[in-house]
Amino acid sequence: MEVGQMQRQWLDYTKSLFLEGFLDGQFLQLQQLQDESNPDFVVEVVSLFFEDSEKLLNDLTSALGQQSVDFKRVDAHVHQLKGSSSSIGAQRVKNACIALRNYCEEQNIEGCIGCLQQVKHEYNMVKNKLENLFRLEQQIVAAGGSIPMTELGF
Amino acid sequence: MEDIGARILAGDHQVQYGQNQRTKIKALVVDDNMINQALHRTLLRNLGIENHVVGNGREAVDVHCSGRRFDLILMDLDMPVMNGIEATKKLRAMGIQSTIAGVSSRSVDENIQEFWEAGLDDYQQKPLNFPKLVSILQKVNHSV
Repeated sequence: MEVGQMQRQWLDYTKSLFLEGFLDGQFLQLQQLQDESNPDFVVEVVSLFFEDSEKLLNDLTSALGQQSVDFKRVDAHVHQLKGSSSSIGAQRVKNACIALRNYCEEQNIEGCIGCLQQVKHEYNMVKNKLENLFRLEQQIVAAGGSIPMTELGF
Repeated sequence: MEDIGARILAGDHQVQYGQNQRTKIKALVVDDNMINQALHRTLLRNLGIENHVVGNGREAVDVHCSGRRFDLILMDLDMPVMNGIEATKKLRAMGIQSTIAGVSSRSVDENIQEFWEAGLDDYQQKPLNFPKLVSILQKVNHSV
């Protein structure tokens, strides 16, 4: 594929991620912070998000699997995941965390477990989408092109 | 030392802007989350603000005990070892007059009153971005 075609594909894909609500303006802020002095900023921050989220999702799964659930602990984990997802603009993960916190406040175990599945689902989706986006960026750069950030036109 | 005042009077606005709003500001980021550490340090750096990062309130107090001073402190609320409320109280008790901005993911109506009363000058809900940081910096400029 030629560079121009890959760049158009990148633009369409990026826009679709915003339009479908996977990402919000905070992700755009990360993209704007990336420059020549900091060329891998977005990938670095998103990798930290992946690490952090996977740990928190494991902690949440084990906290909700206990005989007597410590809702304070569950809430603390969800609060952290909500914070991380909002910092990178993973909007749908953040929204699922908000719903989970509400069930946690009600001490509704079934609701919490169902909602945790939703959080995991949203996390896996956005992870997959971001990995596709980064792969496309690597291909553009490898072909000697640049990422057409300014053409996003936001 | 250069006479900055004379150069400003002579119409050298670049000096005024550079000295007062950018290069001279030193910031301390207090946050236990590595994503936020990276985000806050990069936002500050892109505005030309020198910054130092620590992982909890205890470390923020320690770095001041070792004699370092900052114009601006971006203080998280929920942190291990020492949270933002205790750290802000301790720093104020030590006579630290830096602009302290609380930056946490709690919304303004989610009991942050205690945080304000510990001695904050400003509060912004995470995630931090350029507009929010610029609004915090206006408070720093007023007090410098």
